[in-house]
Amino acid sequence: MSWTGKQRNILDFTLSSLLRRKGRNAALIVVYAFVVFLLASVVFLAQSIKEEAQAVLREAPEIVVQRLVAGRHDLIPETYIDRIRGIPGVASVKARLWGYYYEPLSGANYTVIADENFPYGKRTVVIGNGVARHLPPLVGKTMPMRTYSGSYLFMRIRETLSSESELVSSDLVLMSVDDFRELFRIPAGVGTDLVLSVRNPREVATVAGKIVEVLPDTRPITRAEVLRTYDAVFDWRGGMIVANLIGALMAFVIFAWDKATGLSAEERREIGILKGLGWETSDVILMKFWEGVVVSLSSFFLGVILAYVHVFFASATLFESALKGWSVLYPNFRLKPVITPYLVSVLFFLTVVPYTFATVVPSWRAATTDPDAVMRA
Amino acid sequence: MARIELKEVRKVFHAGKPNEFCALDGITAAIEPGRTTVLKGPSGSGKTTLLSILGCMTRPTSGRIFLGGREISSLPERFLTEIRRKTFGFIFQQFHLVKGLTALENVMVPAYPLGEKREALRDRAMGLLDLLEVGHRARTNVEWLSGGEMQRVAIARALINDPATLIADEPTAHLDSRLSREFMGIVRRLGNGGKTVIIASHDPIVYESDCVRDVLPMRDGKVLGEETR
Repeated sequence: MSWTGKQRNILDFTLSSLLRRKGRNAALIVVYAFVVFLLASVVFLAQSIKEEAQAVLREAPEIVVQRLVAGRHDLIPETYIDRIRGIPGVASVKARLWGYYYEPLSGANYTVIADENFPYGKRTVVIGNGVARHLPPLVGKTMPMRTYSGSYLFMRIRETLSSESELVSSDLVLMSVDDFRELFRIPAGVGTDLVLSVRNPREVATVAGKIVEVLPDTRPITRAEVLRTYDAVFDWRGGMIVANLIGALMAFVIFAWDKATGLSAEERREIGILKGLGWETSDVILMKFWEGVVVSLSSFFLGVILAYVHVFFASATLFESALKGWSVLYPNFRLKPVITPYLVSVLFFLTVVPYTFATVVPSWRAATTDPDAVMRA
Repeated sequence: MARIELKEVRKVFHAGKPNEFCALDGITAAIEPGRTTVLKGPSGSGKTTLLSILGCMTRPTSGRIFLGGREISSLPERFLTEIRRKTFGFIFQQFHLVKGLTALENVMVPAYPLGEKREALRDRAMGLLDLLEVGHRARTNVEWLSGGEMQRVAIARALINDPATLIADEPTAHLDSRLSREFMGIVRRLGNGGKTVIIASHDPIVYESDCVRDVLPMRDGKVLGEETR
């Protein structure tokens, strides 16, 4: 008697049993795969966006210093630059100018950044893909922007940013420092914040502490803190989606539990026949185990593959508004696939394992009945 | 080939409850190997229960059973299943074929847990269907077979593990007289091939058949003597 031969024969019988109940099992696989698809989509999307954001932030300054007035972010005097430069360990300090511009026609907010080395000169802008998609003007056309003094600047669009960085550059508008100051009425000698680089990365926390000592009205934000915030935000958003899906998940659990645990009269009769024909209790359980494995693995792979296509080829159409977070200018991008063995195993243990066990328990109960029940049936 | 011996076998259902029922009441009998034996009696006389006990499908409430001199009444389920699989082939009253499977697949089912190669098993199953003259229906789903064909498939299934003993419970209950005689013809061939056949029946076509050697008349859970021809 060969062990593999027995497994093969019982698996063959299981497959033919599943085919005999095509309708029921197909419905089960469709619902099951859909739930795996939803879960896997959320997990893949949150993970990819986190990775993408982290990849971008890796290039971000090690410390950003903001000035606070009454606990709120205010413009920072450029005179602070020299005082910070005096702190041991600081490699460079530079002021940045950036802000948000609300475009009332489209109802969208742009992130406007002044570039010290802006190559195109005054009254010109470089825009992100989201801005470009949203506005009729194309490269070479003019984009009117209303200044904080009420007048208009007519900015020539010189370039549209590449779509590779679209997740973070979708809503960007780049311009010269002079145009920026004119647009937002920001006087010379102040900036939005300061960015620092530190010689030794291990001294970042120490440098941040010293900045607060030297300039008590400032708030240093380290890159590590921003990364942590990003993680928390995307995890939170993923959690929100899962919370919204709880209804669907519960419905599936009840459905699967019912399908898996409730043996139909036909199935009970069949188990009785098998026992009567000389199958052991363990053979029947093995058959039900294979049945659970086949149904749950097929659904699992189907769901995961669909989620992969949904997230990485279709830009997660179903969840993008929740996870990407832009109000009007949704970035149009293709995420770099990030699937770790950890993620897949978490999904596997949440879906396949409970289902497989749920199918074995009731069949064990049915299989331990006396085989002579079939004689009296 | 082993003699089956029963000593003071009792079987009580729902013991200790208001609906307690004694199906077998102190049966002492022997089934000789290589012969065809019929348990004859009306409905409720205990024939099916006795068949179940003889075929190791259930244990007696008290009493002892010997198979080839070895006591088997107190063996755990796993060993009883092993004995049942190797020693007995069953033909049930309702045939109990698995719907949705072909005749050929149904015949192969009892052999699956033995791990035999599928090709060899299929050839053997096909050989049995041919022997019973239903080979041409091998690929047909069992629900499309006639009563007589279903019974032949059930017989082929009972023979797939080449058991020494064949047990049949009211095998002619759903057959007309012609098919019942055909069934007894098959039993004769099996008996001539050396198989022990035990049949529970109250059909005269069965117990009056010339291939039957021993008849155990039963009533109210008791065996009323033995008729040997």
